[in-house]
Amino acid sequence: MTAVPALAPVEISGRQELTFAKALNLAMADAMAEDPTVLVFGEDVGTLGGVFRITDGLKKRFGEERCFDTPLAESGIVGMATGMAINGMRPVVEMQFDAFAYPAFEQIASHVAKMGNRTRGRVRLPLVIRIPYAGGIGGVEHHCDSSEGYYVQTPGLTVLTPSTISDAYILLRDAIASPDPVVFMEPKKLYFSKGSVDVDDLRARYASAAGTGGALASQSTIGQAAVIRAGTDATLIAYGPSVAPALAAAETAAAEGRSLQVIDVRSLVPYDEATIDAAVRATGRAVVIAEAPGFASMAAEIAAGIQERCFHSLAAPVLRVTGFDVPYPAPKLEHYYLPGVDRILDAVDQLQWEHS
Amino acid sequence: MTNHPEFMDHPGNAALLTGQHGEYLLPSQNPVQLITPEGAIRHRGDGHSAGNFKDSYPMPSAETLRRGYAGLVLGRRINEQAGALVRQGRMAVYPSSLGQEACQVAAWMVLESSDWLFASYRDTVAIMGRGVSAAEAFESLRGDWHSGFNPYDYNTALPTTPLATQLLHAVGVAHAAKLRGEDTVVLAMCGDGATSEGDFHEALNFAAVFHVPAVFLIQNNQYAISVPLIHQNVAPSLAHKAIGYGMPGERVDGNDLAALLTVLGTAVDRARKGGGPALIEAHTYRMEAHTNADDSTRYRSAEEVAQWVPKDPLKRLRKYLSDAGELGSEHEETFTVAADGVAKQLRDGLNAPSSPDPLDMFRFVYSEPTPQLRKQSRQLAAELAAVAVASATTAAGGHGTEARS
Ligand SMILES: Cc1ncc(C[n+]2csc(CCOP(=O)(O)OP(=O)(O)O)c2C)c(N)n1
Ligand SMILES: [Mg+2]
Repeated sequence: MTAVPALAPVEISGRQELTFAKALNLAMADAMAEDPTVLVFGEDVGTLGGVFRITDGLKKRFGEERCFDTPLAESGIVGMATGMAINGMRPVVEMQFDAFAYPAFEQIASHVAKMGNRTRGRVRLPLVIRIPYAGGIGGVEHHCDSSEGYYVQTPGLTVLTPSTISDAYILLRDAIASPDPVVFMEPKKLYFSKGSVDVDDLRARYASAAGTGGALASQSTIGQAAVIRAGTDATLIAYGPSVAPALAAAETAAAEGRSLQVIDVRSLVPYDEATIDAAVRATGRAVVIAEAPGFASMAAEIAAGIQERCFHSLAAPVLRVTGFDVPYPAPKLEHYYLPGVDRILDAVDQLQWEHS
Repeated sequence: MTNHPEFMDHPGNAALLTGQHGEYLLPSQNPVQLITPEGAIRHRGDGHSAGNFKDSYPMPSAETLRRGYAGLVLGRRINEQAGALVRQGRMAVYPSSLGQEACQVAAWMVLESSDWLFASYRDTVAIMGRGVSAAEAFESLRGDWHSGFNPYDYNTALPTTPLATQLLHAVGVAHAAKLRGEDTVVLAMCGDGATSEGDFHEALNFAAVFHVPAVFLIQNNQYAISVPLIHQNVAPSLAHKAIGYGMPGERVDGNDLAALLTVLGTAVDRARKGGGPALIEAHTYRMEAHTNADDSTRYRSAEEVAQWVPKDPLKRLRKYLSDAGELGSEHEETFTVAADGVAKQLRDGLNAPSSPDPLDMFRFVYSEPTPQLRKQSRQLAAELAAVAVASATTAAGGHGTEARS
């Protein structure tokens, strides 16, 4: 394997209509082509290309040593990835669904997250744990959990979640290039969403740092939220699967004469409080939107932090629109559960406009 | 299985080719023992049939055994010294391997320095055998930090407590080495109780499926804290589990260093040549309580412990080597002096004043501290500065912390 030279990138270039799934696939393919230590493994990721086809073609292109199926054992996958990362590899492993990552939790919480600290930085684990998460697909129980809370509550993990086609590519490349372990949460409802992106532009971010497998550190999206819609009256803060309803709500509000800014958090850990606080200070009002149950959640943390730091700029308490504190409901009930446009706009209506 | 040319010559592979696959994966009929507790030769190990062993397990050379004996003397001394330091309150806890030193010594003796060791919290003696100094090996037990040495300096993982989790890391290190075409072998150690954990199963299955150069050594010391093996597991033996994964298993007298060296050495050698993983179960006994915090009289009798005294690994090898004219008082003298030297380093290491930097808490969590960690670090630094100012004020005759108001 040491003798394997870097491979030519997948032949695709220029402006393309890509699915979110294809953008993730391309990110892995490009990283694998550039860096022979990048390996992809998990359940059904080889010949089948993964149940969502995110690893489609990687085994064929890079061979069985670089992309392979493992036995059905999530702790085994993450534990073996830990050992491979200790020994010079950059594993990118796939958990088949959110709830099926739970068997790996001990490895993630007790070793993946703690290794760098335990060893005073001598052993870093450059590995990525990809987890398709959240609902909105009519999935049965155990296929729709928003499990990010477990990971963001575990110091040592970087937790990223893209919501756009270009971010699917960029965030995953940045995750693979990170010296630290990344839990990469993929909103599965977005897998087959499409968008037009310029592949050359996406790749150009990484060209300047060629050979390192990543973007220049200064360009990394890790720790960077994105303001994705300008607005002046209030700020909607969302991530992953909740970005689309937030944007839709802002669109509806605009028609009603209210200008809502939308922020995609993208990087849950490290959390970009500089960007988000500045945005909220400018509008003076904020609603945080997330699919996970709200109790003791990422949304709770965002709201509490804004209130602590931006109190004097706020015209109203920060509100949260989240999933209810119930196990993810059955398919026929999920639309009652999911934070949608109406619930977001109701929250916006409650932002004490009478005081402005 | 592998078609590596060297493996084709191995007796195990011959067994596979002649259709006795299952037989070869099963452990020998009796646990391998070359030297009896009385120090007599049980088997020279030069034939398969002699002890119903499935492999020829040659008796290690006198020179190797003498080196091993020196290791046992040192290991015993480390266990005794650490026990004493715990009783004096110099460290909070020490999981002792007293009585298990033959396993500890065999573990490091069968490895090359380029190989890797993944051991458990009980294996400080094995870890020190890799070259880790007393001060480094005991730093985490002293409470300064969760680790005391750089794993890459010794190709030795930091021991941690989540049972059996390290076995998977061992498989990953072995797998990466195999992909790079290196001839590294990884030795992974756990206790009898840890074999009930899911990670034990996942590690052995992964090791076998990916055919990695890993050797698993279970120190069956009969207890998991208070729980005897029979409440843990009713397989014919722990080594029998190997067949379920498609790797050879073997049982060995874990207090017989000669047997351990030859059995583990055979497995390591086979793994290095592409023959895949193996599972070795060593029968031994934890002579002391689980840790100093445990009271073993609540679950086992003094009579039971006494039965293991005559099986002591040191006594038996000393008798064997002395009878063979291979161990003189000059050797004993040298080994004891060396062990005393390490014991002193251990005492000095633990007695040396230490003041871990509290701000280190924030430094290593990520390669670059997050904005949140930087802020928290500044907060703690400010608190420390305030305390320093207050104590300086007190020293100068002021009112200490009251100076705040
Ligand atoms: C996952 C996990 N569960 C429980 C414990 C608590 N614990 C520490 S040691 C131990 C007993 C382990 O016994 P064994 O594997 O036989 O090893 P020994 O201590 O005898 O060397 C237990 C239950 C732990 N460390 N990790
Ligand atoms: Mg035990």
